[in-house]
Amino acid sequence: MFRRWTCVMAATLGVAFVVPLQAEGVADSFRAKGQAKLDRLDQTDMQRICSGPVGMTVPDDVRARLQKTATDSVKFPAADRFLGKWEAGQKIAQTGTGMQSSDDPAVPSGGNCYACHQMAPTEMSYGTLGPSLAGYGKQRGQSEAMLKYTWTRIWNPQAHMPCSHMPRFGDAGILTEEQIRDVMAFLFDPASPVNK
Amino acid sequence: MGSPMKIRAAIKDGRTEVKVLISHPMETGLRKDSEGKAVPAHYITEVVARHNERVVLSAIWGPAVSQNPFVQFQFAGGAPGDTVSVAWKDNQGDTRSDQLTLA
Amino acid sequence: MNTIPRVVLRLASVLILASTPALTFAAEENLFDEYRQMMADDNPAQLAEMQGEEYWKTAGGPKKQTLQGCDLGLGPGKTQGAYAVLPRFFADAGRVMDLETRLIWCMTTIQGRDPAELSGKAFSKQGQPTTDLEGLTTWIAGQSRDRVLAVPVDQPQVRAAFEEGKRLFFYRAGPYDFSCASCHSQSGKRIRLTSLPNLTTHDGAVSAYTTWPTYRVSQGAARTMQWRMVDCARQQRLPELIVGSPVTVSLLTYLAASANGGKMAAPGLKR
Repeated sequence: MFRRWTCVMAATLGVAFVVPLQAEGVADSFRAKGQAKLDRLDQTDMQRICSGPVGMTVPDDVRARLQKTATDSVKFPAADRFLGKWEAGQKIAQTGTGMQSSDDPAVPSGGNCYACHQMAPTEMSYGTLGPSLAGYGKQRGQSEAMLKYTWTRIWNPQAHMPCSHMPRFGDAGILTEEQIRDVMAFLFDPASPVNK
Repeated sequence: MGSPMKIRAAIKDGRTEVKVLISHPMETGLRKDSEGKAVPAHYITEVVARHNERVVLSAIWGPAVSQNPFVQFQFAGGAPGDTVSVAWKDNQGDTRSDQLTLA
Repeated sequence: MNTIPRVVLRLASVLILASTPALTFAAEENLFDEYRQMMADDNPAQLAEMQGEEYWKTAGGPKKQTLQGCDLGLGPGKTQGAYAVLPRFFADAGRVMDLETRLIWCMTTIQGRDPAELSGKAFSKQGQPTTDLEGLTTWIAGQSRDRVLAVPVDQPQVRAAFEEGKRLFFYRAGPYDFSCASCHSQSGKRIRLTSLPNLTTHDGAVSAYTTWPTYRVSQGAARTMQWRMVDCARQQRLPELIVGSPVTVSLLTYLAASANGGKMAAPGLKR
C-alpha cells in the first residue's frame, strides 16, 4: 500500500534496480492474526492527516472538516439516558484488553481509561498521557450540556480536538452504548469513587 | 538435564565467595496458562555446593523461590586449583551439576 | 562444619514492589532502580548470554556449521562491538538488517535452518527456555557493552530506512488510531505506572535503545528489540508484525540512529 509505484516506475523505465525497503510495502511486513486482519493497516482520512511528526500543523479548513466528520459520527443514547452503573464503569476503566490479536473477540473490550487518566483518587496505578479526571462529576455537575459534551469526548474525541491521541471509543466500536453509559456513570455519579 | 548454571568464585582474605545463577522455571503449580489450564509444578527441591569433596552448602528449596534463582555464599578456605561444584535436583526428577576451578 | 557464614537468596523482590500501591510513583521508580542496581552483577540475562555464546560456537542446523563464519558487519565471526554499529546495509543480502534479522539470515544461509520457523518462533513463551535467537542476540549485544552507538547513517540505504522508520513511527492505524508516537512522543509521561520514553528525543532514544535486550522480571525472560516491536504492534491493535520484516528494520533503524552517541548498556533489567 505504500510507494509501490516506486517499484513500478523503475521497472517501466527499465532501470537496473534493487528493491528498496520502502517499495516492499507495509502490509508485507504483517500477517493477519486472530481478529486483527490486514485491513487494519489501511488508514482512514483522519488517520492519514494525523500521522505527521511532533509539532505538525493541520490547515484550518482540514481541521474544520475533521471536526465536522467527527461531530456527525456521534450517536447520543436513546431517551437521553446518559448514565448507567458506575460499578460496571469502574471495571471497564480498569480493563486493558480488547481488539488485540491476542484477545478473544467474544469478550467485550475494556476502556483502559486508567492507562492514561487519573480517575478515582484511591487508585494509585494511573497513567499521565491524558488529563486527570479525579472529581470529574463533582466539579462539573450533570447539566445536559455537560453530559452531551462528555459523551461526545468518549464517542469521538476528534469532535473537540482533531488529531487527539485518544481512541474513538464509540465511533470505532470499541465500547458499546451500554458500556459508555457505565463509564459516564463512573465519571458523574456522586456515589462513584471518582467523586469521593 | 537442565540448562547450565553460571558460577563465579573469588578467593579473598582466606575465604571464597561464590555466586551462582541457576536457570530454572521454578513453576509453583498455581499459575494458569493463557488457556486457563494449571501449569504443572516444576521447582528445585535441593541444592548442594561442594568445595572439592566437602559439602559447604546444602539447602532444601520449595516453590516460593523465584524463577532463575541467584545464590551467593562464602566458605572458609579455598586455594587456586580447587574445584567448586554446585548441583540441584527438582521435583520432576531433573538434575544439573556444574563446576569451576578456582583461579 | 565451619562453613556457610552467609547465605544470600535473592527472591523475586519485584513482587513486593508490585504489591505496594500506597507508595508514590517516584518512590516506586527509585525502588526499582535500587533493585536493578542490586541485581546488576547477577542479571539473569547472563543465562541467555551463556546459551547464545554456546550456540554461536557449536556446529548446528542441517548443514552442521557454526555461526563463526557469520558476518555481522565487522567481518566474519567478529562479535565485539558489532551491535553498536547495527542496523547497517549488507550487500550480500541486498538490504538493511538489524542484529536479529542478520542472525536469522546467517542461520538460514550458513546452517540451512528454516527462516519461517526462526521468524515465527523467535521468542520464548512464559516458562519456556530461551530461544536460540534470544540467546544469540543477548550475548552479541552484551559484546558491545560500553561502546558508543554509531549506526552508519552515512550509508544511503540506512538513511532511507531511517526516514521510512520515522514515517512509520507516526503512522496511525487500526481501530484505536494508535501510532508509536501515541505513547512515545511526550516526555515525562507514563502508562499506568510504567514510564514511557520519548523516542523523538535523543535522551529518550538513548535510554530506551541502549538497555535492550533486557531481562524482563515480570516475564522471567530475556527480551529483544524485535520482541519489543512485535509486542508494541499487538498493543496498537495491529495485525501480527513479522519478525525481521522491513517495517521492523526501518523502525529499529530510526530508533537506533536517534540514539547514536549513547553508550550501550545491554543486557538491561526491566520490570
